[in-house]
Amino acid sequence: MIKAKSLSRHYGPLIAVDRLSFEVEPGTILGFLGPNGAGKSTTMKMLTGFLEPSSGSAEIFGHDIRRDSLAARRMLGYLPEGAPLYGELSVGRFLRFVGEARGFRGGELAARVHSALDRLSLGEVVGQSIETLSKGFKRRVGIAQAILHDPPALVLDEPTDGLDPNQKHEVRQLIRDMASERIMIISTHILEEVDALCTRAMIIARGRLLADDTPAGLLRRSRYHNAVTLVLDDLQAAASVLGALQESAEVEIRRGRLTVFPSGRGNLFEAVTREVQAAGWAVSQIQLESGRMDEVFRTVTGQQEAA
Amino acid sequence: MSNLAVVLRRELASYFATPVAYVFIVIYLIMSAVFTFYLGGFYEREIADLEPFFRFHPWLYLFLVPAIGMRLWAEERKSGTVELLLTLPITATEAVLGKFLAAWLFIGLALALTFPIWITVNVLGRPDNGVIIAAYLGSWLMAGGFLAISACLSAATRNQVVAFILSVVVCFLFLLSGLPMVLDVFRGWLPQALIDAIANLSFLVHFSSISRGVLDLRDLLYFVLVIGFWLAANRIVLELKKAD
Repeated sequence: MIKAKSLSRHYGPLIAVDRLSFEVEPGTILGFLGPNGAGKSTTMKMLTGFLEPSSGSAEIFGHDIRRDSLAARRMLGYLPEGAPLYGELSVGRFLRFVGEARGFRGGELAARVHSALDRLSLGEVVGQSIETLSKGFKRRVGIAQAILHDPPALVLDEPTDGLDPNQKHEVRQLIRDMASERIMIISTHILEEVDALCTRAMIIARGRLLADDTPAGLLRRSRYHNAVTLVLDDLQAAASVLGALQESAEVEIRRGRLTVFPSGRGNLFEAVTREVQAAGWAVSQIQLESGRMDEVFRTVTGQQEAA
Repeated sequence: MSNLAVVLRRELASYFATPVAYVFIVIYLIMSAVFTFYLGGFYEREIADLEPFFRFHPWLYLFLVPAIGMRLWAEERKSGTVELLLTLPITATEAVLGKFLAAWLFIGLALALTFPIWITVNVLGRPDNGVIIAAYLGSWLMAGGFLAISACLSAATRNQVVAFILSVVVCFLFLLSGLPMVLDVFRGWLPQALIDAIANLSFLVHFSSISRGVLDLRDLLYFVLVIGFWLAANRIVLELKKAD
């Protein structure tokens, strides 16, 4: 388990992380979500022992990150932001270095390196120097070094940043495969990632924890949650009819789409479909919304929704 | 401390995976030969010793050692690998010492590769080989002093050029602190005891006594203390600056 207690970090007068407290259990993929400069990376740097907290503390499976830093670091695998690597070394030499630093020697070391190469399909580039690899391969090398010692917790700082859609998909699949029985903490500013990947999300802005929920729970906070969006010819006529329903609270027309927001009384979707059939409108699309993450994000982080 | 060796081996692997090692060794060997034979008048002196060879080492190191030292931490900080390194179960002390020792051994290798000149002087005459061994040791210790200064200043910046220039300047001050041009600045407003202390900081003074074959414990201790001081400073600077 990872426990953070009132974790803070100041850079001079700037407060990068402000009294952050949370607990994470194994089996969780926790997403740190926040705008750039929100304090996600700083939090990760403190958890992994790179930065000392200005105040507060954290425990990694019972090991305090200040008093027992080496033991805490042994429980963690870490992919720093941008996946920095020793470019001049070959993939194999680099992974051997990390393995040695993790305390493996001889046959055990070879087996660990081999299995990490295998899991990330790096076998074909093992002798190649890292700086000659593509971005996707480099990211895989970065993840390989993080899982080399099969740690119970992994901290990945923006693991999919800067990758193309196929590579993103691949890295997400890897994260899902590694998640069972482990704690995974990933940071991202890509909202779709939270929905696609995480079992829990924490929204952080200006160093503060603003929301801590499941992705579905966050979506429930959206005004679009359970709203019904239609695409049809006569928007105005439909809007006046649907707006009068007791199940609807409000209607909105935007970019050729009509959205009906629920009032909380009865089932809005059923009511809307009933009206559509009764009126015989030519509806080309009808959709029950689960909520919009970008809207929740903007609301929570205190910015105006873009018109 | 077993991770000290792990850091050391990785550093050395990086030297030889890039042209750094080969360029350094070749330039070092060419420059030391040029100094010995042209400026030092090795043949013209007709004395069987390596004084003309060792005499120029402080000046050679003044530029070549900061060139090796500048990348030690500045490069790690620039590329972000310092974050990788210091979140492994490696202590900052192991990292500082491992990196320093790797570079020092590497300079030692370059120094050892000057052995043909030792063979030459033994073919041409009957030198005092004890003095030569002492001078080699002194030269390597002095290189360690320059290197510890460069390593510390390298941790203070992400920019290798800045690290290089700062290192050359500080090394230059340490080199010359026994000469009048430095001491005159302090004379008149500092007590004589402090001026003597500054004069005693000079690399040149301590190196020249070792290179004449006088292995005084105080000279050895001097270089060991210089190295220790700057490496301790390196650890502190690293701690302060790694977050920037």
